[in-house]
Amino acid sequence: MSLAVILPILIPLSAGALSLALWRSHLAQRLLGVFGTGALLLAALWLLQRVWLDGIQVMYMGNWPAPFGIVLVADLLGAIMVLLAAITAFAVALYSLATLGAEHERFGYYPLLHMLLAGVCGAFLTGDIFNLYVWFEVMLVASFALLILGGERAQMEGAIKYVTLNLISSALFLSAIGLLYGLTGTLNMADLALKLQDTGEAEGLVTTIGLMFMIAFGIKAAAFPLFFWLPASYHTPPVAVSALFAGLLTKVGVYALFRVFTLIFTQDTAFTHELLLWLAAFTMLSGVLGAAAQFEFRRILSFHIVSQIGYMLLGLALYTPLALVGGVFYLMHHIIVKANLFLISGLVYRLRGSFQLKELGGLYRERPGLALLFLIPALSLAGLPPLSGFFAKFILVRAGLEAERYGVVAVALLVSLLTLYSMVKIWNEVFWKAAPEQGAAAVAPTNNALLYAPAIVLAALTVAIGIGAEPVYRLAEQAAAQLLDPQAYIAAVLGEAS
Amino acid sequence: MKVRHSRILRTAGDMLLPLLLLFSLFLLLRGHDLPGGGFIAGLVASAALALYIFSRDMRSARQVLGTDPRSLLGVGLIIAILSGVPGLLAGDAFLTSEWYTVPLPGGREFTLGTPIIFDIGVYLVVIGAVMTIVLSLAEAEERPWKR
Repeated sequence: MSLAVILPILIPLSAGALSLALWRSHLAQRLLGVFGTGALLLAALWLLQRVWLDGIQVMYMGNWPAPFGIVLVADLLGAIMVLLAAITAFAVALYSLATLGAEHERFGYYPLLHMLLAGVCGAFLTGDIFNLYVWFEVMLVASFALLILGGERAQMEGAIKYVTLNLISSALFLSAIGLLYGLTGTLNMADLALKLQDTGEAEGLVTTIGLMFMIAFGIKAAAFPLFFWLPASYHTPPVAVSALFAGLLTKVGVYALFRVFTLIFTQDTAFTHELLLWLAAFTMLSGVLGAAAQFEFRRILSFHIVSQIGYMLLGLALYTPLALVGGVFYLMHHIIVKANLFLISGLVYRLRGSFQLKELGGLYRERPGLALLFLIPALSLAGLPPLSGFFAKFILVRAGLEAERYGVVAVALLVSLLTLYSMVKIWNEVFWKAAPEQGAAAVAPTNNALLYAPAIVLAALTVAIGIGAEPVYRLAEQAAAQLLDPQAYIAAVLGEAS
Repeated sequence: MKVRHSRILRTAGDMLLPLLLLFSLFLLLRGHDLPGGGFIAGLVASAALALYIFSRDMRSARQVLGTDPRSLLGVGLIIAILSGVPGLLAGDAFLTSEWYTVPLPGGREFTLGTPIIFDIGVYLVVIGAVMTIVLSLAEAEERPWKR
């Protein structure tokens, strides 16, 4: 029985409830925003430490034994994801202090932020597939409200696409759960894995259900072909919300794919994981090509989220030990880098009053520090050594070569090159070229240390992951080893008897 | 709302509000062992308040509620979360039901458990959520239409 497993859910839930109860006091809500996410960060570190030292942590909610009750499970992948979510949340909470106006706070930004986090952490930690659905919904409902915070026209337009596709995906997810329950009579993921180890005659049916999960999570992860909701909506809300979404939301979908396609649906990997491989390749390509055609700062970044999702899926699809290490490493690298790039786009906006590349320029001369700050995550995203992205891509490419999938390796390398092109495009337009004649003036003060601190810390983490790649690699290696050996997960949840 | 209120509706509303609120409390306390519980009780209570908006007006309904419905939501959520803590303190998992026996005069016993705390939390959350929605809609109705 481990308290560490429940804390990452309990802390944001309590912080959200408290900020709701203190609805009228904006000061209390801001304090709760910072201290709540700070406490979440500490809890996440503690959880990771416990899982690293003592193995998979389990808690049976309400003392109902598995597989009957709901069980919370933290393996290394789950604990890593919770930690990444906490880091992003803390950075975003600090950034929000300096950027969000009273208008946004009045519509409940902070309570929604905590609820979103509770949903995200719950999804990472649950060991019950229906409970996973519930946490997904908690997260989505909070994200719907956050997306339209401020109520501008563009936001509504983006939100309609976002909400519609996510509801379709949820319906599909729920139907798949229903079919799975009808087939096996259980919802506990470890129990499902155990029961589906020998499918017998139902193998075709199980694979079909697996594909339904693939489509449902694929939509949520913004994988090809149903990714267009993401670039349509992520550039519309306030920057703090964009950064949070960019860092976390799609990655919950990726995490769910990693979970079910290593634990439950491994009966016919020649078919399912081959399909994932194609999905990964097309996701990478379509994302990066979409970005090439864009000239709006946040829209370019949004398309790159899509293309990066392809890399993570590639790690899962190759399904070799090294490839999974690459996938996990990529998740760690990507969440930090992506959230940071969005935060920096917000800083640029405050200086120039625009996200359009055409209207920007001259920032290198004016703010060399900011230019450097952009360059670190941008080059990391493109995969230049010694930053975190280089190692993430290097592991994946190496895994692809070892698995002799030369086609997809070629795609990954090409996409990497095009990512570099995109980042250089932003660099040229925003920082290098001279400012346009009727250049827009600063629209908001930028002399607040709180604006820069999150971006600097995240950039430092990017560099640290790159320079200290060895320990991070070992962490990812252990996480991947746990994914490849579902027996340990099953034994931890159901007890040694199984 | 500029509609003139029917006297019949207003009189009936005044009488139904306390009755329905009492009924919701009855449902709340009956829960766990018999049909009832926090969710349905909360719905009954919110229905009573919604009826009161129709028979009187929003301000009176807010007065009955006594606080911002969003605070109610938060307080309810806190209570529901707290109901899981005794289980943790007893060394069990979160949300484990703990039961305590209270001796009553006359040799009888009364069993009290954490599920009722959870139910009270849910009751407040449901009232808070439904009233937030209803009052926002009613306010949007009263405000002149903005483009």
